[in-house]
Amino acid sequence: MADEIAIKIRNLYKIFGPEDKAMVDLVRQGMSKSELLAEHSHVLGLKDINIDIPASGIQVVMGLSGSGKSTLIRHINRLIEPSAGEILIDDEDVLAMTDTRLRDFRRHKISMVFQRFGLLPHKTVIDNVAYGLEVMGKSRKEQRDGAMRWIERVGLKGYEDNYPAQLSGGMQQRVGLARALATDADILLMDEAFSALDPLIRTDMQSVLLDLQTELHKTIVFITHDLDEALRLGEQIAILRAGEIVQQGTAQDIVLRPADDYISSFVREVNRGRVIQVETVMEPIAPGEAPAPESVPIQRGTILEEAARRMTGDGVTKAHVVNGTGMPMGTLTMRGLMAAMVTPILKDALDASEL
Amino acid sequence: MDWLTEFPQLAGRDLRLMSRTIDQYYRSFSRAYGDTIEAIFRPLLEFLLWFERLLIHTPWWIILLVIVGIVWLASRSKAITVGTFVALILIGVFGMWEDTMRTLSIIVVCTLMSIIIGMPIGIIMSRSNKVQAVINPILDVMQTMPSFVYLIPIVMLLGIGLIPGLLVVVIYAMPPIIRLTNLGIRLVDKEVLEAANAFGSSGWQKLTQVQLPLALPTIMAGINQTIMMALAMVVVASLIGVRGLGQPVLQAITNQYFTQGVLNGLAIVAIAIIFDRSSQAYGKRLQRHREAAHG
Repeated sequence: MADEIAIKIRNLYKIFGPEDKAMVDLVRQGMSKSELLAEHSHVLGLKDINIDIPASGIQVVMGLSGSGKSTLIRHINRLIEPSAGEILIDDEDVLAMTDTRLRDFRRHKISMVFQRFGLLPHKTVIDNVAYGLEVMGKSRKEQRDGAMRWIERVGLKGYEDNYPAQLSGGMQQRVGLARALATDADILLMDEAFSALDPLIRTDMQSVLLDLQTELHKTIVFITHDLDEALRLGEQIAILRAGEIVQQGTAQDIVLRPADDYISSFVREVNRGRVIQVETVMEPIAPGEAPAPESVPIQRGTILEEAARRMTGDGVTKAHVVNGTGMPMGTLTMRGLMAAMVTPILKDALDASEL
Repeated sequence: MDWLTEFPQLAGRDLRLMSRTIDQYYRSFSRAYGDTIEAIFRPLLEFLLWFERLLIHTPWWIILLVIVGIVWLASRSKAITVGTFVALILIGVFGMWEDTMRTLSIIVVCTLMSIIIGMPIGIIMSRSNKVQAVINPILDVMQTMPSFVYLIPIVMLLGIGLIPGLLVVVIYAMPPIIRLTNLGIRLVDKEVLEAANAFGSSGWQKLTQVQLPLALPTIMAGINQTIMMALAMVVVASLIGVRGLGQPVLQAITNQYFTQGVLNGLAIVAIAIIFDRSSQAYGKRLQRHREAAHG
């Protein structure tokens, strides 16, 4: 399923300034961000971005403030005009659309959730959720029915006649999410959607999103500055720094093989037990070989923390990883699990003490 | 070396010639087009006269009830409504009912005209910095030019009467609504606007669903100011024959009738307060959605 690409971003450049298009060539020839600013007073926003975003999956784009992540997501529905490059969705270049086509595209194909919610303060919850449908020109009844369904789905039944200001931040973002889902668009853009929320509510909203996603299978592009959030949500993660992509891959790729010191410094604090999957740390066994009799089977793709919890619960120190059909693939030991869960520095120390 | 001690000004003869030439051109212009321009304003005059007659010829107690009713609907405030009732009764008792109705009718028409003309200008201004750069200085001139000065060309063009009076008042009172419509739309939260764009709103949908509703409190403040400025012009307009509360004031100034001046002045103040309080209370009621239930 992840093989199908929903959004192809190709050689995307964004330079802020009056003569951005002319500056693209200078950047292509290797001019740096600081040189561009000093010599031409133009700000390099995005440089040569290439991403394939899989259909029906969650693509996270992570970066600190100023990395260009919000600029990038706004190119996908063209809230920001590019300096060069293309974004292909269903073989159509979003960046080449006419105004009418773009409006149509935004109404039916793509929707967005905003960091500070972007709700209409003078409209009630139900009218906010119905906004996309209203813009499409649906009848009043279709608007209310459609909106009501999503209000119930995000758990806001009973609040439909409240104004946004009367709701807490978490509830307001549920309204934002319901509004984005109500238009039934295939692509959902989420710009730091949960960053303005308290940590507990944020985790809560992440669960709401993951829950909905198991059913809806939307193509989600999620922007965040929070690595834990990125690792929890992202099937694919792209890390952006100073307008350039520094690494792309799965959560596991990024934690286990950080591309440079910048990323290593990020992933050092990560809870690895929640990211790394059992097959990464198992000792492979030859086909046909049977695991030890007291060993418990654990499904491929399980995260280390979950495997450790299960083994502790069963009171065993050995387990084996099985594939989809129940065939054993490799063995696990509690010791190996623990070693993989601690950070590389600690792991080195453990290994050294053993010698 | 005269120019060191005295400003090297144009010769008096040249200046007089210049003024006379310009005045002559303008005079021939107004002779040629005065009637046409008057004809253009004819329907407006008819409407104004009709409205004035309506206010004066309807029995006073019906008008009183209607005004008190409108104030109640707009403000939902007992204090403002009772105050309005008392003020109108006093105006009637002191013999100023008819003049008050005349003033009321011209204020209502001027405010409506200012809104109808001013709001679209404000909207256009909010969409382009260039337009804003052109219109802003014009508004500055409209607001700071002493009103007696633009009385002159208007009287030369249209003579004295209701229409020139109306024009003078509208020119003076319109800038706030233009400025505050522009400001209100420009102050609309960028993220909300971005959200409207992200869902594919058309320009018209954005204007009517997002920009105008969110700018409404600011626009209401502009309308409020427009009304106040229109009232301030009532006395000046009476100089060119607009009847109403301004004329007795003018008469009082020239004849030193202290009491008459104060009474009519107070009647203007009373109308101003009624308009101000009820339009502000209405503006506040429109914003009830901003009251948060949560901290």
